[in-house]
Amino acid sequence: MGGTEDARPIVRAVNVAKAFHHLEVLKGIDLEVYPGEVVCLLGPSGSGKTTFLRCINMLETIDGGRIFVDGVLMGFDDSGPHLRHLSDSAKSAQRREIGMVFQRFNLFPHMTVLENIIEAPLQVRGVARDAAIARARDLLSMVGLSDKEENYPSQLSGGQQQRVAIARALAMDPKLMLFDEPTSALDPELVGEVLRVMRDLAEQGMTMIVVTHEIAFARDVADRVVFMDGGVIVEQGPARDIITHPREERTRQFLARILSDQAE
Amino acid sequence: MTVSQVAGAAERPGRIDAKPVRHPWRWVAVGVIVIVVAMMLHSAVTNPKWDWSYVIQVMNYRPILQGLWEGTILGTVLAMILGLIFGILLAIMRLSTNPVLRGVSAVYTWFFRSIPRYVLLTILGVGIVFLYPKLTIGLPFGDSIARLLHLSTTFTLFTFDTRSVSQGIVIGALGLGLSEAAYMAEIARAGILSVDRGQVEAAHALGMSSARTMRRIILPQAMRVIVPPTGNETIAMVKDTSLLVAVPVGMELFNQAQIVANRTYRIMPVYVAATLWYLIVCSVLMVGQSYLERRFGRGFSAPNAKAQRLLSRTGEH
Repeated sequence: MGGTEDARPIVRAVNVAKAFHHLEVLKGIDLEVYPGEVVCLLGPSGSGKTTFLRCINMLETIDGGRIFVDGVLMGFDDSGPHLRHLSDSAKSAQRREIGMVFQRFNLFPHMTVLENIIEAPLQVRGVARDAAIARARDLLSMVGLSDKEENYPSQLSGGQQQRVAIARALAMDPKLMLFDEPTSALDPELVGEVLRVMRDLAEQGMTMIVVTHEIAFARDVADRVVFMDGGVIVEQGPARDIITHPREERTRQFLARILSDQAE
Repeated sequence: MTVSQVAGAAERPGRIDAKPVRHPWRWVAVGVIVIVVAMMLHSAVTNPKWDWSYVIQVMNYRPILQGLWEGTILGTVLAMILGLIFGILLAIMRLSTNPVLRGVSAVYTWFFRSIPRYVLLTILGVGIVFLYPKLTIGLPFGDSIARLLHLSTTFTLFTFDTRSVSQGIVIGALGLGLSEAAYMAEIARAGILSVDRGQVEAAHALGMSSARTMRRIILPQAMRVIVPPTGNETIAMVKDTSLLVAVPVGMELFNQAQIVANRTYRIMPVYVAATLWYLIVCSVLMVGQSYLERRFGRGFSAPNAKAQRLLSRTGEH
């Protein structure tokens, strides 16, 4: 765990800007994430942290700046004199290297758990069926759901669905995992099981960017915390420092508010 | 020692044994219905003009059966296949970001929804034969290019003689299918829009292209919404094949029934025979519809097999 400055960053965002109908959501974000690093994005709702995460795998198209993943410019071709939007299939190829876990799980409801996990490896990577199933079973045992492979998502609890969603993303062997508030839609007693899987993943050295409100998770698991507000990065630094000794007033207020909520 | 003895029966009420609400009017309705049904059955059995044995005989007449298979059923199948494929295509066009495709789809739907099927079939029957007695499939403008370049070939791959009588059913099914596509497009569009946006995002995030996402993720889920109204459309199509006579297609159930009736002068039993066939075909389709609804409802409906059996038995879904 822990990135070093001389390694090449997995994610390099430079001056990223994004607006929705004149509402500026991101106002020049600069961020580098190094291999094996776990970065938590914290901030009040509307601060742009989810939008930034979605920009990394092009679920949102950025209006300004550049995002590089593993040295490759995301969503655009800059080889010619003019920047060009990438085609649908070229973007799909770039997304293969990035796993994403959504707040609302977004499992495919018409497929069983196993089918959910093997779908992309079979369809996109062209993995042999037997190999895909073997890998899916490994992943299911990692997230503790080996007995659920024949179930449909609607038969699982929220926590179980989210763990399947993590396994589904990992089945593509991504270089980077993005988590968009993975525990926000869960009943409180189900949050722990999902965080446990994420903690295991972090210990295995996966590079992770996590948008979350789980301060304890950020403090204990993240290498670095990035605090965003109003579309800019307010401050960032080692997780424990930022959470226990925030330098900025906005960070202090946010942490005080959220910690009092979570203490209830 | 029971609970009531400990706490006293008055303070802790036990098992409820209450009389149900009475529904006297239900019994009145049942009585009226029983009498009406009995009268109908009595008349059906005693009035010799119903002539049931002749009805059964007509149902098995060769021309009637041929009309049923080669007109009504074949026409329905062809028209619905065409309508379904074109309809989904039109729906995808309508939802695309390309303004040309969106416009074409909207105009198509407007045009075919505005024309009565009987009129459409008449016009196609007359029009295609009048305007294009020979349809050729080949290079666009192949004829003109060949003439311009003084070539002997016309780049024709396939020729279709529209005047041939056996092609009537093709024109008829084409007309019904084109008209059906306009309705199916709206149904398919509603189905596609019913799928949660998060499904597209999840598929894209896994590196699936838009086309693959549509085929593997969106359409299978949209089918759950598309199947019930499509079943209704199919059942309506069975009945609309009686309009094929406008093309004209002679080999069709009701037209054949009319021919038999005119020849034998036993008109009513022949029409009853045709009606019974329509009832049978539509009933079979309704069974098929409920099977398809269960098939595409996988993962959405009740989680255990027992509940699914119960659901299918009540026809609820």
